[in-house]
Amino acid sequence: MPKKTHVQTEINGEGVEFLCEPRQSLLEVLRDELHLTGAKEGCNNGNCGACTVRLGDRIVNSCLVLGVEAEGQKIETIEGIATSEGLHPIQQKFLEHAALQCGICTPGFIVSSKALLEQNPTPSEEDIRFWLAGNLCRCTGYHKIVEAVVDAAKSMNAEVADNG
Amino acid sequence: MQAFEYVAAKSISEAIDLLSEKGDQARVLSGGTDLIVQVREKRRSLELMIDVKQIPEVNEISYNATDGLVLGASTPCYRIYNNTDIKSAYPGLIDAVSIIGGIQVQGRASVGGNLCNASPAADSIPALIVLNATCAIVGPSGTREIAAKDFCTAPGQTAMGKGEFLTSIKIPIPEKNSSNFYLRFIPRNEMDIAVVGVGASVVLDENHKSFVSAHIALGAVAPTPLYAEEASNLLAGQGISDEIINQAAEAAQAIARPISDMRGTANQRKHLVGVLTRRALNGAVNRVKETE
Repeated sequence: MPKKTHVQTEINGEGVEFLCEPRQSLLEVLRDELHLTGAKEGCNNGNCGACTVRLGDRIVNSCLVLGVEAEGQKIETIEGIATSEGLHPIQQKFLEHAALQCGICTPGFIVSSKALLEQNPTPSEEDIRFWLAGNLCRCTGYHKIVEAVVDAAKSMNAEVADNG
Repeated sequence: MQAFEYVAAKSISEAIDLLSEKGDQARVLSGGTDLIVQVREKRRSLELMIDVKQIPEVNEISYNATDGLVLGASTPCYRIYNNTDIKSAYPGLIDAVSIIGGIQVQGRASVGGNLCNASPAADSIPALIVLNATCAIVGPSGTREIAAKDFCTAPGQTAMGKGEFLTSIKIPIPEKNSSNFYLRFIPRNEMDIAVVGVGASVVLDENHKSFVSAHIALGAVAPTPLYAEEASNLLAGQGISDEIINQAAEAAQAIARPISDMRGTANQRKHLVGVLTRRALNGAVNRVKETE
């Protein structure tokens, strides 16, 4: 039995240490060891995006990352997106547009959408659909999700303009 | 998932020693988007994963106008398509790495891994073949290079021997008046595996009226990605016309030996080779014209 490895990371802005076996995925570590159950296990093979988290400067499927690979990395999960002031604009717009039903895919969609809007604050509908192709939703359908992201981009840009 | 050991190798020699010692019970880990799935689904068993991403030369991109591109084998797709040198010199490679999986997969998956996984439908391999890419391999007896077109030997099999691994992919600088293109057919818009994929590169004369040379490569129509040698050669020195492009497309169809499976029938794939070869050649020609 391989021994457990000590891993040091930063998750949602705080230093976090954990022990894990090499065979445990980052998703399993987040959910089972650290009790951050926002990221969901859907397909467990990289198709559905329900386990999307930010790892360093890009988003990944946490089911396709080993926990031991997180050593020294910065991770952001859905739990790190709302602040004490309230919901993130993307979360707010998902609610307003009813862009979710069962909610299993929602954390992945929000983490992915946030990464898109940070990189491209004014995406076209096509940009949004292309970027979110790695996130599957089996109940709401995609239209409301895309509308929520378009509206979130607008409200985030308006906020930037107000503060500018 | 089965239990295994994990080592993040710090140097090429450390990785070679571990690979030589463990043989086929060890496997190199880059992005893990194929390997972790294969182990989890019990399609592959192993005792050791050797993470090579911390070895600097395996995870770096370097480009200069003399030597061309040295692409570390573990460099993930998103770093490739965000690289401005690669965007302008090898747009056909950008075409391929932008459609491997979704954005999350592109955050991890590497071109080196795409080669080593040796899927007949791998998107990056036809793109590499038409760019005259070579694969730099290290092993117990030193370093050697293999042309990208000779790297895959069968589905899931490569030309690498025991203790060897892929460190980088080298692509020569593009010639004047040249460009390249890759496209595939899939029934969905994104996130699918190629039914057929075709890469093309062209060098045109100064007036953009004729082909100086061309390369065409095919994916998902044989046990390995194929270089379409005859189709490529017949374009050299010919004026650009629909007729000569059709001839090249027919020559490419002639070497395709596809199977029928859940993604498409052999007949459909043969047909698609013709369509996509024409589009890839025209796409590459148009890119030369656009850059003027």
